[in-house]
Amino acid sequence: MNFTAPAFTPAVPEMFIFGMTCFILLVDVFAGPRRRAVAYWLSLATLVGAVWITAVLPHAPRLTFDGMFVNDAMARALKLFTYVITAAIFIYSRGYLEARDQFKGEFYVLGLFGMLGIMVLCSSHSLLTLYIGLELLSLCQYALVALDRDSSVSAEAAMKYFVLGAIASGILLYGMSILYGITGTLDLGQLAVFVAGSGLTHIGLVFALGFIVVALAFKFGAVPFHMWLPDVYEGARTPVTLYVGSIPKIGAFVMFMRLLADGLGGLHPSWEQMLIAISVLSMAVGSVLAIAQTNIKRMLAYSTISHVGFILLGILAGTRTGYIAAMFYTLTYVLMATAAFGMVILLSRRGFEADNIADFKGLNERSPWFAAMMLAAMFGMTGAPPFIGFFAKLYVIRAVLDIHLVWLAVVAVLFAVISAFYYLRVVKYMYFDRADDKSPLAAGWDIKWVLSGNGLAILVLGIFPAPLMALCVRAIGF
Amino acid sequence: MAQFPLLSLVIWVPIGFGVLTLIAGRLRGIDVRWVALVGALVSFAISIPLYTGFDTTTAAMQFVERVPWIPAFNVDYYLGIDGISLPLILLTTFMTVLVVIAGWKVIDYKLAQYMAAFLIMEGLMNGVFASLDGLLFYVFWEAQLIPMFIIIGIWGGPRRIYATLKFFLYTFLGSVLMLVALIYLYLQTGNYDILAFQHQPLGMTAQILLFLAFLIAFAVKIPMWPVHTWLPDAHVEAPTGGSVILAAIMLKLGAYGFLRFSLPIAPDASHALQWLMIVLSLIAVIYIGFVAIVQRDMKKLIAYSSVAHMGFVTLGMFIVFMIVENTGALAGTAMGMDGAIVQMVSHGLVSGALFLCIGVLYDRMHTRQIADYGGIVNSMPIFAFFMVLFGMANSGLPGTSGFVGEFLVILASFKANFWVALTAAITLILGAAYTLGLLKQILWGPVANARVAAMPDLSAREFLVLGLLALSVLALGVYPQPLIHVMDASVSNLVHQVMQSKL
Repeated sequence: MNFTAPAFTPAVPEMFIFGMTCFILLVDVFAGPRRRAVAYWLSLATLVGAVWITAVLPHAPRLTFDGMFVNDAMARALKLFTYVITAAIFIYSRGYLEARDQFKGEFYVLGLFGMLGIMVLCSSHSLLTLYIGLELLSLCQYALVALDRDSSVSAEAAMKYFVLGAIASGILLYGMSILYGITGTLDLGQLAVFVAGSGLTHIGLVFALGFIVVALAFKFGAVPFHMWLPDVYEGARTPVTLYVGSIPKIGAFVMFMRLLADGLGGLHPSWEQMLIAISVLSMAVGSVLAIAQTNIKRMLAYSTISHVGFILLGILAGTRTGYIAAMFYTLTYVLMATAAFGMVILLSRRGFEADNIADFKGLNERSPWFAAMMLAAMFGMTGAPPFIGFFAKLYVIRAVLDIHLVWLAVVAVLFAVISAFYYLRVVKYMYFDRADDKSPLAAGWDIKWVLSGNGLAILVLGIFPAPLMALCVRAIGF
Repeated sequence: MAQFPLLSLVIWVPIGFGVLTLIAGRLRGIDVRWVALVGALVSFAISIPLYTGFDTTTAAMQFVERVPWIPAFNVDYYLGIDGISLPLILLTTFMTVLVVIAGWKVIDYKLAQYMAAFLIMEGLMNGVFASLDGLLFYVFWEAQLIPMFIIIGIWGGPRRIYATLKFFLYTFLGSVLMLVALIYLYLQTGNYDILAFQHQPLGMTAQILLFLAFLIAFAVKIPMWPVHTWLPDAHVEAPTGGSVILAAIMLKLGAYGFLRFSLPIAPDASHALQWLMIVLSLIAVIYIGFVAIVQRDMKKLIAYSSVAHMGFVTLGMFIVFMIVENTGALAGTAMGMDGAIVQMVSHGLVSGALFLCIGVLYDRMHTRQIADYGGIVNSMPIFAFFMVLFGMANSGLPGTSGFVGEFLVILASFKANFWVALTAAITLILGAAYTLGLLKQILWGPVANARVAAMPDLSAREFLVLGLLALSVLALGVYPQPLIHVMDASVSNLVHQVMQSKL
């Protein structure tokens, strides 16, 4: 038996991140408590390096490791976006963590490993790689939620997340093993060929599809598998919520793409029906329950659920337009969620968590600029032009109309109107109420600059959405 | 040299000045009011060449600008105006100048943001009137909700939050269905060109659904009975400037939508559903007229009178089908449309002026209750003169602009159906009843209390604003020809378009 070394080039970004993260872990151990910032700066440098490596890599799609790993346009685009958002998360979190003696290397190491999981998901071309990527991401998230080990709320959230997440992983694994038993292959390409030929003839396939959709819906936080989401968002420290609420959505999206769209694309008529139900339920539950929340993290959790419903609209269409729309929606959602949670961090300071919507009271008096940034995030999530969220909604609705599901489009826009109410409520607190607390914002220049960029991006991309759309069009090739 | 992009300027210059005003608000030593006034005046000056350079002989779009905007959707940045949109753009730029002057001394909280919101809104509303691309139209249409939401919410009265949320959610609900309709049309034609929408053949079911989707959006905006209930709340709670823009321009957006979308895109559905539109218009005219009579709040009274007047606008637009059925000829159809558009412009001026008058009183007394006033003519004779003039215009007295529109619409209705015309004509009585009733109670009679007696008459600033409006109202009433001439070609083109079946 002879062994030929696989081509490593397509996986260089992953290897770089992995190596650097291990290095950061070591450096942090030896740097000691006084030089915590080393891990922070090294993490940022790692991300910059990863951007460079991913950008200069050959652009032609390439399979490697026996077809288990792929580096195509979608993987590249999603990875680049993930690096940028991760860097923003790290920058937003620094001041917050420092003020609470949580400024530890573990946050960065776990964050980077979780990001590595997303990268592996993006590049997965086999059930095995996909599962490895998912577990890497999930385990890091469980640990991150529990990072504040003295807080019982965090511990409870982490426990809940871990138990439910483990069940979902088990379900996914079960579905995959049935799939493997029937088709005899782990490769997504061969799976697609098999499924296209057979259709949903085998009862096992029905079960496998059901299990897989359930697990994916859980990871995405779609109704009825959303129970963990509000508790985790509320229980975790805000930087962790920011992390959990943003880039893992990219991972979840790409799982849907790789597993359902690429692998099981032949079964589209079957999973389309399942996703329609999940999507409508998500939009309904997310929009209605968010109205009752007074905690902004919980409110944003329910808003996430409703946005997931919209992303699923694009995926369930099963057309190229639909996938592009879903990707566009995911990216814009992540951008807006990062800005919104960033604002929560910005308003917090030592000994004060800006967890309640009422903490945004009179922000326009304290800082008109950042009130405007939050305004952009909120109206963006509402889907009002000229913010980028409008084009995301437009795109998915067009995808749904393309497959002649007019009723679904009408339902979607009606839920968009309902959800407008709670975003407007945040605007109401910021602009229409007078501040009780007139103190200026105490935050570093780094978070202020990056958050401004993030908020402006929501507006500028809303006026010039063409580049981001072109990126998504290129990414969804086939 | 390529054509000078006047339409882009008329959209982006006010927005640019709005941003400048915000920046100036952060700097010390700059009076933002002057920045805002310069912005409003420059924008108005830019809109004048649109009128002077306008070719009245053609119905084609003029001052056209077209560059690709979002290639993935075939969306263009496509602007152009015809004789229907031009008067509305002029109205917008004119009223914004007045609103800026009117807010000069009154606003003491976040002045820069107040002025900036109006300037930005001006640009966005011009964008609505100038867009020839459906998606661009929708973007402007929705975007101008945001500054209005903030204007009512920050500078409004005690129940402002309820009112502004109601305003936003009502209009948002209406417009998302329009978005679905626009995307549907896009999937039929392959782009968002409104003119292509207008020429696209459509089946009857599709037309009916499209018409209803547009109807919900525009009916909320105009507003028509029974979806008018947000308007009195929004008007009462909004600051004076907000009420003026709301009444003068925003309500016209809905009527403009009918002219640009519903009628030409779904002519057969419009024909089939004309009865619905005429019934709703008549209900607005009669029922809301009665509602206005019993109001005790001045702003609410004018708000309801706006709903009634806008009923005339929709009546004038949809009576055309009945005229053709009745007389078998196109003669007189343009009259209804003309009347509707003149009524739009006139109502913009008159209701804006009345809200400004109420603002003048409110600034002095801080109450809008009719019962708190009486005998104002004794302390404020000049003000009383203006108030009477605008009141007369509101009730459609010949010689004022209010007369022209109503008269044309009633004349057109007579060609269609005697009973419709008779019902519509009742408005002349009702309008006189509520307007003159208001005038009687607040202006005449004995001086109600010491505070009324102590009210100073109009300041120079207030005199300027009301004087300009009074001149416009009279000019339009005595000699409406320039306005009718501008829209003539476009209106007859529209009527022909509407009469051609697209089935």
